[in-house]
This record gives sequence, structure tokens and C-alpha cells, in this order.
Amino acid sequence: MLGRGIIRGLIETGRNFCGSYHDKERLTTVQYPEEKLAPQENARTIPFLVYDGNDPVAGLRCTACTICEQECPPQCISIVKDTVKKPDYLGKMQLHPKVFDIDITVCMSCGICAEVCPFDSIKMDQVFELAQGKRSMILHKNNLAKSNTYFGEIHPTEAAAVNEARAEEVRKAEAKKAAQAAPVSA
Amino acid sequence: MNALDQIFVTIQHWLAGLAPAAVQPLVSMLLIIGGLMGVFGGCFALTTIIERKTLGRMQNRFGPNRVGPFGLLQPMADGLKMLTKEDIVPFSADHILHFLAPVALTVPVWLAFSVLPFGRNMYAIDLDCGILFFFAIGSTSELAIFLAGWSSQNKYSLVGAMRAIAQMISYEVPLVLASVPVLIAASSLSLPAIVHAQSGFALGWVPRWNVFTPWGIAGFALFMIAASAESNRCPFDLPEGESELIAGYLTEYSGFKYALFFLGEYLGLFAVTGLGVTLFLGGWQAPATWLEWIPSWGWFALKFGALIFLFIWVRATLPRLRLNQLLNFAWKFLVPLAVVNLVVAVAWWQSSVWQFPGALEVRWLLGTVLLAVPYVWLGRAWNDVESAPRHYRYAE
Repeated sequence: MLGRGIIRGLIETGRNFCGSYHDKERLTTVQYPEEKLAPQENARTIPFLVYDGNDPVAGLRCTACTICEQECPPQCISIVKDTVKKPDYLGKMQLHPKVFDIDITVCMSCGICAEVCPFDSIKMDQVFELAQGKRSMILHKNNLAKSNTYFGEIHPTEAAAVNEARAEEVRKAEAKKAAQAAPVSA
Repeated sequence: MNALDQIFVTIQHWLAGLAPAAVQPLVSMLLIIGGLMGVFGGCFALTTIIERKTLGRMQNRFGPNRVGPFGLLQPMADGLKMLTKEDIVPFSADHILHFLAPVALTVPVWLAFSVLPFGRNMYAIDLDCGILFFFAIGSTSELAIFLAGWSSQNKYSLVGAMRAIAQMISYEVPLVLASVPVLIAASSLSLPAIVHAQSGFALGWVPRWNVFTPWGIAGFALFMIAASAESNRCPFDLPEGESELIAGYLTEYSGFKYALFFLGEYLGLFAVTGLGVTLFLGGWQAPATWLEWIPSWGWFALKFGALIFLFIWVRATLPRLRLNQLLNFAWKFLVPLAVVNLVVAVAWWQSSVWQFPGALEVRWLLGTVLLAVPYVWLGRAWNDVESAPRHYRYAE
């Protein structure tokens, strides 16, 4: 009979209307500023620089090799090498950046910089509340440097693998040094 | 009870009495106009937020809940946004007509409220031809909508306006035909008289509202369907079909003119809902004697609110019709049923002289059968037409 479908539809919407008041499960909307969903592990927004230890200047992994600067498709990274060197985690003397700027209004969050970095220095962040009043949004070295602990929090799997690889390298380097040192002392 | 019932009338008389005697009729009229515009303007603001929240709840979401407590200040934010938006008039548009269209829509809609009785002794004017005036005023909105579509010099506007004309002219016929039995029953065209004709109780407890008769139920349903089409409500909102026509006749309107169109649309809905309450639901009358402590205007507001909620409910449920379905539904389903309903109403009226025991039951049975058989038959025929495979003459 004509109208049965209409009645059925009205009952369905009526049930939704009443149900949404006593059954909170029905309302799937996340009330954003008050409630937030935890980001997925693989989520990425803008790059950041990882540093080891507690000192963002001494512990910065970046060696100013400029591979990321050259690979960046929209060319949002700008690096100026420092003239003095400092020791890296293996004790080798390495260059480090005097200036490391990322224009995040240009950045397209592709993650290529993080893929090409041979030093596991530049990684993708998960911050997303970047809106601000001024137009220019260039992040400098001091804004970009974030600790390895933070990296471990946002990308646990990747950070564990990186830490493991770096610890292995340190062990090898120490074994080599011990092997070199042993004949001299003997 | 009586003081509360007549509070608005008393206030109006008292305020008018403060003016010099020469201008008292004018002041009295202006007070009514101001009151109507205030109440129904507020109703418009309230309905937009309630509609959005109800639609949200019916789709298992919250609806607007950010501006003010529970989002209640949302209409203010919307109004401010509309006021401060740039008013764009297309270069090739007819500037005068483009400006006049929203005015021509909004002004007559206010006039429609002048004949509605909102409570005991609460009406602006008691016209002897009240309902004719109402329908005459209501039909001018077609002109305004066509004006908007034509003056915009935009194909989408024009198609939307053509649809609006086709739809509103078609649905005016069942709208008027559905209200004719009420006029027969009340033997008057004046709306306060129609309300008075529905006073009292049958069998001592059933109110003598028109909706409690076989022809009243059918007439009410027909009236509500035609009313939602007449005020361009979902599922009959083809003239502004966003999915295919951008926004129909509203395409070239922005800012406050756009808001005026919405105001006109909602006021048209309020007016025709008020008419539905007056014609079929006994106007401002209470459904039982022990409920008469609620003032008459309170009863009108309750019935009015319930019908507005019904419109929102239907909007949340039904998808939009196709144009040929829309027109077929009007001419092949609603109009024949309305004519049948007229016959049933006359039969009901003529058989009121029957005195034998069980006469009421026999009359009810007769009325129901006379209405149900054409309903099922027409519904089946309409279903057959609509479910048949379609042939696209030009697309194949």
C-alpha cells in the first residue's frame, strides 16, 4: 500500500531522535577541542629534527648534509652549514647546521625528507594545530629540534628500530676501537 | 484563568488607550502588527535552530551546539553573518526586479497572518472572506519566486523558478480542495467562525474538531502534504534542488536578500501551518474541558509547534522527488482524492440526520470505506506508473 515506506522511514528517524538522547553510543561525533582522538602511528604532518640526550644543540643528529634540502619537492627546507665541527654519537667529527629553516606554509607533508635522511635526523611530526595569526610560518632550528623520547612516543615502532640500529653501530665502533687499542697496549 | 487567557488583548487595549482618541484605531492596529512581527520573527529564529538540532538528532549527530548555551545563539550568529555579507547583484541582472523579488515575497506573507485567530479574541481582522484572502495572498509568492528567477539572468535560477511555478500552481489545487469541506461544515469563510464551529464535544468527550471525522483525517493529511509542497519544504523542495540546480532561484542571491527569502519561506510555512491548525485541529480550543486552564493562545502554540515538528520530521526522513513524480502526485493522486474527500464530507454532513441506533458507526464505516478504496486504488496505479521502466527519449 502506498505510504508504508514513508511510515517505516518516519519510525526509523523517530527512533534515531529519541535514541540519540538516552543512548550516547549513537552519537559518533567527537567534540573536537574538548575531546581528541589519538593520532595513528603512521600519521604525519610536518618534519622535525631529532636530538639525542637533553641538549638540543649538542645532541642534534643533523649533519647538514643537505640531502633533504635537495630532495624536497616544494623546496621548503633551507640549510646553512656551520664552519666548526662537533662530535656525533660515534665520536666522529661532523658538520652541523648553523641555520635549519622549514617554511611549513610551503611544506606538503610528503615525508621524502624523512625517507632520504641517512642520519635518522629528520622525521615527520604529528602536530596539527598550526593555525596562527600571521602569514609567515617559518620554523627555525630551535623550534624544529625535538628529543628522541618524543620521537619514541609518536612513532614507537620506527623509533625502536632506529635506536636498535644506532646502538648496534655504537657497539661495532667500540669493538673496533677496542681491537685497535688492544695490540698497542699488549 | 480568563485574565491570563486575554492577557495580550488586555495589554493591547490598555496601550492603545494611552494614545489620543483620534489615533487610537491606528495605534491599536500598529500594536497588533508589531506583536505579530515580533512573535513570528522570533519563531523564525527559533525554528531555524530547532530544525537544525532536530535534523541532527534524527541523523545521530548533535547539531549546532557551539554558539551560546546549547547553541541557542546560533540564529544570532547566522543573522549577523547574513547582514555583514557582501550583497552581490550580477552584472546582467535586472537590478530593480532583482531587488524587488525578496520584498515581494516577504511582504504578502506577513499579510497572511492578519486573518488567523491565534487565541480567543486574538486576531488582527475578522474578514468575512478570510480564507479566500489567505489563499489569494499565499499565491503571490509564486510571482515573487518567478521574479527572482527571471531577473537573475541565470539558467539555474530560471529552471528553479519554472519548477516553483509548476509545483506551486499544481499544489494550490489540492490545498484549496482539501479545505473546502471545512468551509461546508462551518458554512463560513471567516476563520474565527470556523474555529467557533469546531467548539463543543461529541459524545461528551471527543472534541468536535474537524480532524476527528473521516473526511477530516483525509483532508488534514491532504492539506499537510499540499502545504509542505506549497511552502517548498522537503520532500518537495525541487525549486532549490541543491544537487542539480545549485540553489535554484536563490542562486544569484547573497547576504540579506538571501536571508529575506528564507524568512519568507519559513513565514509561509508558519502561516499555512496556522491555517491547518485553524481548519482541522480546532484552532485555539482545548481538547478537553479540564485542560481549559491552559490559555487559548497556549493551545494554539502547542498545536502549531507539533505541526512544525512534524514538518521537520518529514524533512529528516524523505528524499526529494523527481519533477514528473511531483506533478503526477499532485494531479493523479492528491486532486482526485481531494474530490472524493469532498463527496465523503457532503455524505457525512447529509447523514447527520440519521437517528437509528449505531448510526455513528455506520457513518464512520461508510466514510472510511469511501476514502480507503480510492486511496488504495490510486496508490496502486501511481506505484505502477512510478515503478515501470523509464524510457529516455533523447538519451538513448
